[in-house]
Amino acid sequence: MSSHSESIIREPLITGKAISYSQITEDICAPVERMPSKAWWIGFSIAVAGLLLWLVAVSYTFWNGIGAWGLNKTVGWAWDITNFVWWVGIGHAGTLISAILLLFRQNWRNSINRSAEAMTIFAVICAASFIVAHMGRAWLFHWALPLPNQYGSLWVNFNSPLVWDVFAISTYFSVSLIFWYTGLLPDIATIRDRAQGLRRRIYSILSFGWNGSVKTWQRFETVSLILAGVSTPLVLSVHTIVSFDFATSVIPGWHTTIFPPYFVAGAIFSGFAMVLTLLIIARKVLGFENYITMAHIESMNKIIILTGSIVGVAYGTEFFIAWYSGVEYEQYAFINRATGPYWWAYWSMITCNVISPQLFWFKKIRTSITATWILSIFVNIGMWFERFVIIVTSLHRDYLPSSWAMFYPTWVDVSIFIGSLGLFFTLFLLFLRVLPAIAMAEVKLLLKGSSEQSKLKLIEHGHAALPEGYNGSIEVENAKN
Amino acid sequence: MSKVKYILGHFDDPDVMMSGIDQLQKSNIAIEDVFTPFPIHGIENKLGVKRSRLPIAAFCFGLLGTITAFTMVYYMLVIDWPMNIGGKPAFAFPDFIPVMFELTVLFAAYGMVFTFFYVNHLFPGRAPRVMDLRATNDRFVIAIDASLNDINSVDAVLKEAGAIEIKHNERKYISYDEE
Repeated sequence: MSSHSESIIREPLITGKAISYSQITEDICAPVERMPSKAWWIGFSIAVAGLLLWLVAVSYTFWNGIGAWGLNKTVGWAWDITNFVWWVGIGHAGTLISAILLLFRQNWRNSINRSAEAMTIFAVICAASFIVAHMGRAWLFHWALPLPNQYGSLWVNFNSPLVWDVFAISTYFSVSLIFWYTGLLPDIATIRDRAQGLRRRIYSILSFGWNGSVKTWQRFETVSLILAGVSTPLVLSVHTIVSFDFATSVIPGWHTTIFPPYFVAGAIFSGFAMVLTLLIIARKVLGFENYITMAHIESMNKIIILTGSIVGVAYGTEFFIAWYSGVEYEQYAFINRATGPYWWAYWSMITCNVISPQLFWFKKIRTSITATWILSIFVNIGMWFERFVIIVTSLHRDYLPSSWAMFYPTWVDVSIFIGSLGLFFTLFLLFLRVLPAIAMAEVKLLLKGSSEQSKLKLIEHGHAALPEGYNGSIEVENAKN
Repeated sequence: MSKVKYILGHFDDPDVMMSGIDQLQKSNIAIEDVFTPFPIHGIENKLGVKRSRLPIAAFCFGLLGTITAFTMVYYMLVIDWPMNIGGKPAFAFPDFIPVMFELTVLFAAYGMVFTFFYVNHLFPGRAPRVMDLRATNDRFVIAIDASLNDINSVDAVLKEAGAIEIKHNERKYISYDEE
């Protein structure tokens, strides 16, 4: 309940001395209601340039076939699937924040879930584009679906993890989209009730007629909780099934039972890194420092240490099991990863994923915005290399030395990847312009219990004392003025 | 008869509003509805709003999804066109589970959300049944039907309870068409 006072030992989730409910509305609606800033236009222009590059490269691929890429007979999957898994993984943090942290009642999720969930949706769109592109003949995409056809009907093979993946990714996208949009309804209504003219009309349609009555809120909360409950196993299943694409094959380096948990941890790891990369910039540019606080950044960094360490343990386990299994091919696959022609990719992965995130054990580093941002980029790079290492180094030296090959990306490979970043940022920047980037209703819920000012009031009224040695952001002297 | 249709008591604090509900109920004043910018926990019990049955709907839709997926895969792989894949049985149940799981989640989520939209009359283009524009911003609004209660005594109770503003509306909902 809103009057519940949280312990002052917990970091406040809303900082600032004079935040009121209307102040929250003003602050969060401001980026949507004012004209776009110069920074936004610069970012948007770069993103659209990337999007155009993506369009050119994808069209070129569709016109000429995937021979336009650097693939060869031995390395049949390379940047396409690397990028697909990278993007899907990034998406997972959004669902973790909106669903799993809701079930665990982690209130710090309230101010980051909206943008993280948007990130999920846009990342899955990018991922799906690689799936469609790597099919070569994109216009036959529906062959992956169990549709009646003139060949019998010849149905899809439900024993194949690739078919499971079609179901997993499309369900994940659909459920994330509806979860996100349902959560948006009350906030769209807030914008609607502040707007005039055409804007009011548009937001009125988008708000579905939301009015905030008792019954609406009660059902809304039920729906949120159940969606969180079904999204939690869903998000775990998605990356599990993505890992099955590899794990159910017999390729040395892929055929391991550790893949599902290892992929899920890696997905959350890379997703949180991307959330940090985006939000550290967004909170500054949009003026959300009171809502996305150092406590939020620190919490996310702690998740990065945890998942980064899990990923590190997984790398070690893979190596150990390869040796312990006594299978020569398996052993060679792993020795080749670390010391073969792709050693630089393997050690980039180890440096960025296992070593550099350990710096977050130092409080100074995990509470430094610059250091966090730089390390989040490192993780993004490291997780891209992880997928590249798993896919390309496992394939490039197969059982017959005569067919050993290297993979060299063409300009099309590079352009589609850079272009997909353009697609992602175009969508994300448009989102920041038209929809509230923080869930206003959920943040307002925290104002009376978990904000800095509510905790100061507790101290002022003598209900609590500052803990000894506490050097957080609370200054009692200033608060009294 | 007075032209006032609804009396709106505006509160700027959810806890003050909750005690306002108590005081109104003590004075036997029927509350039509309460509009708030965020969910107020515990208000359902005070107003006698029943527990939502949406979880049951979600379960039923989920079950429908499981059955649909199983039936579909069984029909396609076992009945319509059984294939010999490495000599394994056509009815390879463990392989059916991922698709059954995904469709369970998909049906449960969409079934429940669309039921929610249906019972609350939420759809794109729906004219918002909003009594006060600030109820989606920073005001906690208790709405009381003026025809069922004495206006003056309602005003007195609301003022006593700490309402910062009391409005007498001559029409039930705000018109979004007038500028």
